[in-house]
Amino acid sequence: MQSSFQLAFLIPLLPLIGFLINGLGRNQLSKQWSGLIGAGTIMGSFLVSLFIFQSVESGNTAVVSYFDFIRIEGLRIPFAFQIDALSSLFLLIITGIGFLIHVYSISYMHEESSSSFARYFSYLNLFVFSMLLLVLGSNYVVLFIGWEGVGLCSYLLIGFWFKNQVYTKAANKAFIMNRIGDLAFLLAIFWLIIKTGSASFQEVFEFVQGNQGTEKFTATDITVVSLLLFIGATGKSAQLPLYTWLPDAMAGPTPVSALIHAATMVTAGIYMIARSNIIYSLAPFTLTLISWVGLATALLAATIALRQYDIKKVLAYSTVSQLGFMFLALGSGAYVAAVFHVLTHAFFKALLFLGSGSVIHAMGGEQDIRKMGGLSGKLKITYVTFLIGCLAIAGLPPLSGFFSKDAILLSAFLHQPLQYGIALFTAFLTAFYMFRLLFLTFHGSFRGTAEQQAHLHESPALMTIPLIVLALLSVVGGWIGIPAVLMHEADWLGSFLAPVLSSSTHEVSHATEWMLMSLSVVGVLLTIGFAWFLFRNYRERESKGLLRFFEHKWYVDELYDRLIVKPIFYLGRLLKEWVEPRFIDALVNGVGKTVQLAGRQIRFLQSGQIGSYVLLMVLAMVTVLLVQFFIRK
Amino acid sequence: MSISAILFWVLSVAALFSALMVVTSRNPIHSVIWLIVTFFAISGHYILLNAQFLAIVNIIVYAGAIMVLFLFVIMLMNLNKESEPARHRWLQLAGGVSGGALLLVLVAALKDTELKSQQSLMLEGNTGLIKTLGQELFSNYVIPFELSSILFLSAMVGAVLIGKKD
Amino acid sequence: MPINYYLFLAIALFSIGVVGVLTRRNAIIIFMCIELMLNAVNLLLVAFSKMHYKQAAAAAIPIANPGIDGQLFVFFIMVVAAAEVSVGLAIIVMLYRNIHSVDINFLNRLKH
Repeated sequence: MQSSFQLAFLIPLLPLIGFLINGLGRNQLSKQWSGLIGAGTIMGSFLVSLFIFQSVESGNTAVVSYFDFIRIEGLRIPFAFQIDALSSLFLLIITGIGFLIHVYSISYMHEESSSSFARYFSYLNLFVFSMLLLVLGSNYVVLFIGWEGVGLCSYLLIGFWFKNQVYTKAANKAFIMNRIGDLAFLLAIFWLIIKTGSASFQEVFEFVQGNQGTEKFTATDITVVSLLLFIGATGKSAQLPLYTWLPDAMAGPTPVSALIHAATMVTAGIYMIARSNIIYSLAPFTLTLISWVGLATALLAATIALRQYDIKKVLAYSTVSQLGFMFLALGSGAYVAAVFHVLTHAFFKALLFLGSGSVIHAMGGEQDIRKMGGLSGKLKITYVTFLIGCLAIAGLPPLSGFFSKDAILLSAFLHQPLQYGIALFTAFLTAFYMFRLLFLTFHGSFRGTAEQQAHLHESPALMTIPLIVLALLSVVGGWIGIPAVLMHEADWLGSFLAPVLSSSTHEVSHATEWMLMSLSVVGVLLTIGFAWFLFRNYRERESKGLLRFFEHKWYVDELYDRLIVKPIFYLGRLLKEWVEPRFIDALVNGVGKTVQLAGRQIRFLQSGQIGSYVLLMVLAMVTVLLVQFFIRK
Repeated sequence: MSISAILFWVLSVAALFSALMVVTSRNPIHSVIWLIVTFFAISGHYILLNAQFLAIVNIIVYAGAIMVLFLFVIMLMNLNKESEPARHRWLQLAGGVSGGALLLVLVAALKDTELKSQQSLMLEGNTGLIKTLGQELFSNYVIPFELSSILFLSAMVGAVLIGKKD
Repeated sequence: MPINYYLFLAIALFSIGVVGVLTRRNAIIIFMCIELMLNAVNLLLVAFSKMHYKQAAAAAIPIANPGIDGQLFVFFIMVVAAAEVSVGLAIIVMLYRNIHSVDINFLNRLKH
């Protein structure tokens, strides 16, 4: 085995150690040390990931097994890591962007007390550890361990300022919705174990490929497993109908939103489906479903983002929308395009979130964009990087977002032209609301208080340097996957991921591709111009009609509340007030009462009267004689 | 029926009747009298079986000494019909039923034993004679015999000790 | 006489004694019923000893004094009964001295 692969265990181990040190020593460590340990461990993991990436690029892959997690008759689940193209790519994303966000956090969270600060970094490290386990796992069980771990850390970090009840409720919401998806995921794992006898990727995929269509793994099996896995992914990656937790998750600190809810955790669902692409390629029904759900989510979230006024909420809905795009790609069979978009989205979304954090920091905690405006003068670096991020998400060449989004649109077009049309419209909406955000925040005249205006200042270096790095990546990051039509032999990403992701290759004429690309570029430019016209001089207006519907998030939360939350609470109250006292308490207390009663009665046997004792003796003797002579013949 | 058979039945009836009277008499002195009659009946059975020694000893020891002792105690306490404690209806019934149950069970258990056709020799036999008994007692059973004297001693000492007024 | 007759007679006497013990409340009467039970047993023992005698005589087995054990046993039973009566009555007298009654229902100190 390659020497680099032998170091694979370090990748998750370093953040784990960081978690333990920061967590246990949070009352002793100073802020410098906490920050250093937190960020330093991630840097260490990044370096090892880089080392491993180089090995993988040369064509080496391996499964590194450490110990047997479960070992019973007929089932063996090892704790093992699978190092191949897909996992090494994700490793780089997680550790690289994770490191930048850790550095950013050191400055962003400097107002916290030192034990709170250390707690924050320990949670962040724990999160990175879980995420790394997730992508490194060589079987569904280790993946699930990481899956659960990131869910937990998401809960811990959303509710980081736990004294605020609104924040903790948001954390609960996130965790509970995740859980619903997790249930489906678990069922899928059980199904796979029962049918194939293993949970390891290699063994499961071999089995499925070899036995598909036979009675050992029927078409029903494939559909059920793929559906259940997808439902698990909807929970984690915030698709319809389990997406409402993501906007509420903005209650957490902004770096957390950047790391967890933009770059890494929400992409776990995409990773899982991409990893299982062999199963999905055999389930056309599920793939169609996935593409439609993704598209619907993208459109829905984009419309809601049009009328949001909180800077982070706009970005949150944007994330949901972009995730919808990724699922659309998966559903169209373009696994490489989906992973590509994960990569580019990680860059520019993290950039946008960190930029918004910078803005919030400058505004002294204000998040309402109606109170901002004209910040481009004072916050130069933030403005420029934010602009780059907006250009990237809108999909203008030669930035990264263009290439990945174009790949998705192309596969949608080849799969189902109707989906292409809706996706194109959603892309225009994306450009529109992002630039609305940009213009309202940075252009025009300042609409806040005088006190806030005096406070405005550019953020310190520890915050701006990650912004710059991410901006650079957003620009050049797309150049690893340039399609063949533009530049010959430039699709490095596609060839890198080819051993893992079976991409459906469609033959398409160059003319069609050029047409599609120019259509999207022209449309986006027009949309940006339209937005500039509308929002250059902003006047607050009340939303009417359809726009009001969008602003209230299509009343989905209210719907869930009515349909699900209230009935469950009602059921709980019913059980507590009616069933519990009458049945369970009665049963338990009844046992006690019976014993007491029996005792009270039997007590009278010990009367102290000799007569009754003799009577009992005689009766016993008679019984013994009876038994002896008549029953034991 | 031979004379021994007639005597057997008469004595049996007498024994049973007087036993019943012992249990059901209200006056304790009457109970004592009836018990003495029972002992006489049983001694009669012993004579029928030619257990002469035992018959005589039964009368001398039981009817003569033990019953007299009972009488002394009853008269010491001046018990008569009025001072008899009141009976508990329920307990009486229970007692009667249990005793009856015992009777039934034992009879049922033992009525079909293989011994039922065996006979006891009546009116004859050496074993009941004093000479035989004495020989057996003082040769094979001498140790229990001596031990019984110690038993008597301890009983006497015990009785005196318990009865002391201090 | 068939041994069964003696058996039933003894069982009957014994049961009557048991009924007496259970039914009566006067301690002395109870004591007397115990004596009755003992006598029933004595009777049975003697009957059995004669049965063995007869069996041995019929089978012409040259044992010296077959069945004598039964009668000797009865002898010792009487010995023990006498001793027991003396001590028991002494106890009853002591009891009477303390509580001035021979009703056994007053003897419920065993409860503690």
